[in-house]
Amino acid sequence: MLGAGGLIGADRAQGGMTMPDLGQVFDVLVVGGGNAALCAAISARKLGASVVVAEHAPKSLRGGNSRHTRNLRALHPGPTDVLTESYLEEEYWDDLLRVTKGKTDEHLARTCIRASQHAPGFLRECGVVFQPSLSGTLSLSRTNAFFLGGGKALVNALYRTAERLGVLILYDTEVQHLDVEDGFFKEAIVSYRGFPNRIRAKSVVASAGGFQANRQWMREYWGAAADNFQIRGTPYAQGTVLKDMLSGGVQQVGDPTQFHAVCNDARSPMEDGGLAMRLDCTPFSIVVNKNVERFYDEGEDTWPKRYAIWGRLIAQQPDQRAFAITDSKAVMNYLPSVFPPMRANSIRELAGMFELDADKLEKVVADYNAAVQPGSFNGQELDGCRTEGLTPPKSNWARKIDTPPFIGHPMMPGITFTFLGVKVNDKARVMMADGKPAANIFASGEIMAGNILGQGYLAGFGMTIGTVFGRLAGEEAARNVRN
Amino acid sequence: MPTESDATQEARRYLEVCNACRYCEGYCAVFPAMTLRREFSTGDMQHLANLCHGCKGCYHSCQYAPPHAFGINLPSSFATIRNESYEQYAWPPALGNVFKRNGTVVSLVAALGIALALILTAVIQDPGVLYGAHAGPGAFYQVIPWWLMVVLAGGSLGFSVLALTVGAVRYWRGTGSKPGPVIAPAADATVDILTLRNLGGGGHGCNDTDEGFATHRRWSHQALMYGFLLCFASTSVATVYDHWLALEAPYAFLSLPVQLGTWGGALMLLGVIGLTWVKIVTDPVPVAKHLAGGEFALLALLFLVAATGLLLLGIRHTGAMGVLLAIHLGLVLSLFVTLPYSKMVHGLYRGLALYRSAQEKRTMKASSSD
Repeated sequence: MLGAGGLIGADRAQGGMTMPDLGQVFDVLVVGGGNAALCAAISARKLGASVVVAEHAPKSLRGGNSRHTRNLRALHPGPTDVLTESYLEEEYWDDLLRVTKGKTDEHLARTCIRASQHAPGFLRECGVVFQPSLSGTLSLSRTNAFFLGGGKALVNALYRTAERLGVLILYDTEVQHLDVEDGFFKEAIVSYRGFPNRIRAKSVVASAGGFQANRQWMREYWGAAADNFQIRGTPYAQGTVLKDMLSGGVQQVGDPTQFHAVCNDARSPMEDGGLAMRLDCTPFSIVVNKNVERFYDEGEDTWPKRYAIWGRLIAQQPDQRAFAITDSKAVMNYLPSVFPPMRANSIRELAGMFELDADKLEKVVADYNAAVQPGSFNGQELDGCRTEGLTPPKSNWARKIDTPPFIGHPMMPGITFTFLGVKVNDKARVMMADGKPAANIFASGEIMAGNILGQGYLAGFGMTIGTVFGRLAGEEAARNVRN
Repeated sequence: MPTESDATQEARRYLEVCNACRYCEGYCAVFPAMTLRREFSTGDMQHLANLCHGCKGCYHSCQYAPPHAFGINLPSSFATIRNESYEQYAWPPALGNVFKRNGTVVSLVAALGIALALILTAVIQDPGVLYGAHAGPGAFYQVIPWWLMVVLAGGSLGFSVLALTVGAVRYWRGTGSKPGPVIAPAADATVDILTLRNLGGGGHGCNDTDEGFATHRRWSHQALMYGFLLCFASTSVATVYDHWLALEAPYAFLSLPVQLGTWGGALMLLGVIGLTWVKIVTDPVPVAKHLAGGEFALLALLFLVAATGLLLLGIRHTGAMGVLLAIHLGLVLSLFVTLPYSKMVHGLYRGLALYRSAQEKRTMKASSSD
């Protein structure tokens, strides 16, 4: 019964029957409402600070990109209830070095990797439930801890914990400007449920994500192509706070033109489609662009290792479009797609469905079939079934496309996040352009992930950075108030 | 094959997203059963809907729940499909229509049950007998003759068991379920039912009322179920006492039938109160609101059956016993009659769905280890 009473109380606050007092000076303002923001808010509150969270989204869409996540990567010296074997610092670091090709800050990265050991425990204390890895993700069972029910369940647990601890949560609250003078934050100018307002706090944690959902900004680097990028995550990642901080004298990290992207179904919603829109049929298909030309080796490596390059590859094709062509033999080799694939009894018919040049597609398929070498197909590993004399080659899983119905999946790039961010030190404190640390400004999550992930991506590492730096930022912001 | 309902088409669209997402795999039996399929027939949809316990875990954790454009809300659609399957597989088929307005039907049957019992008693018995105080062995039968009890209770229960059996066969065939191993899956399903494992969420509970986890529904349902079973055991023991041991009711408070009935009745009351509370305060989106009438009517009927039974124990030595006994037996009769035609029938189809799911899981395991 107490629970119901509490619920009614919370609903009233949401319904505006009791207005929160925004006239007070809070100890800590957390900007954003995803995993990194909530970890910061909870950590600051646990140290006794008064905390307010300004989440741009309404309650039903809260949680930023964390809503679409499903695991985090955690160091562990031995098996745990949800992680197998062990995953130690050097291997973790090597994995990171490989994907970033050295575009990382070793000190920050190792700080994050070491602290990741305690991230699952912290989240568990916040009510997050973990489970063994999901089907189709067995390659991650050793390194990544999966959230039962996925990221939204994690977000729900974090909000409940924050509310229970007495953190004030403001939904529909967009932070538009941080008033900063000589590295000292004074107040935030916000739109609170559609009305202009301001929030004063002694310190601020910026956990407001990247700018991938801001098409106008993306167009600055990508021109008209940006209009064909699907945004996989939250539409609230507008980069307003990021841009405001960078123009307000905060030091920048990361290449503003770079983003992480995967290959999505071309029919997905342009925003917020989440993980289920991705296609993993590529290794078992040939992929052509709109001019009916193959452009990359579809069988180069196992899909988890190639998952992230195909978004970029397709983004560079005309009209940011590509088409995976395969046949009925391959259907059970990959996860089902949300939108049913095109099926046709001939390659010519399939070309018609995609408005591709039918003669050309028949020739591409025929040339490919002629180049396929005999071999023993195995969808689970590099099987050496390859083409000979084809450019570009297909190095594995090359089987003739000859068994109707022929299958086609239309593809577009789906952007996960941008790499541009604010520079922080190992206490999550924001660095000013003049090289000095800010007095009372901290950052966590995607807005600072570029410090560690200069390029590429490691599955589950975004949530690790968010949790580790969220905790750091929250604790440091709370301590900062006390001093 | 009847044309597909909106709810079935809607839920199929949801499952096409679910099958590519799979974040809910750890929740309940529905999702592992889903991943075994790429295409979902009408029968598959009914099977999955009846496998769903309405825990709402998948809704509250869904990245695509409303107001997302995909608007995924499996618990609500599944509840509607379940009700449609009760309607489709009811026997005799014409009686399937009672699921269209189940709250009204169950309430009316309960009222008629009470009225019938009272009228019959008044017609058969002298008013002096009905309002008099009775004690000692055979006191109940002085009010309502033994033969009448047997005819009404036996007749209605017998018909319901027949209707449920035919319904089970129709459901099994209609959903396209296949024969397979029997013993081990039946044991799995029995454990699932006795522990209500699928409402456990893996230990922390399910989303009873909101995005927080709780086990109120699981405990309340089991209190009601075990209470009901204890009451049934009480009646069975009493029948044995009466016929084979020549011990006539009413029995002493500490006797086995009265103890079973008392504890069973108390558990039923607790269960009904718990389930009703959850139903009232729960988030209204992941449920099928149009079915609440039938659910509340059944809960009320179960409450009245238990409450009048307990009350009867308290006042059986007074002159009020006769009327109350008639009312209690009228309510029991109504419950027996509505077994195949109320939410009670969910137990049958849920059991079959759990059985089929266990069968598929074992077949799958056997074939993958080959």
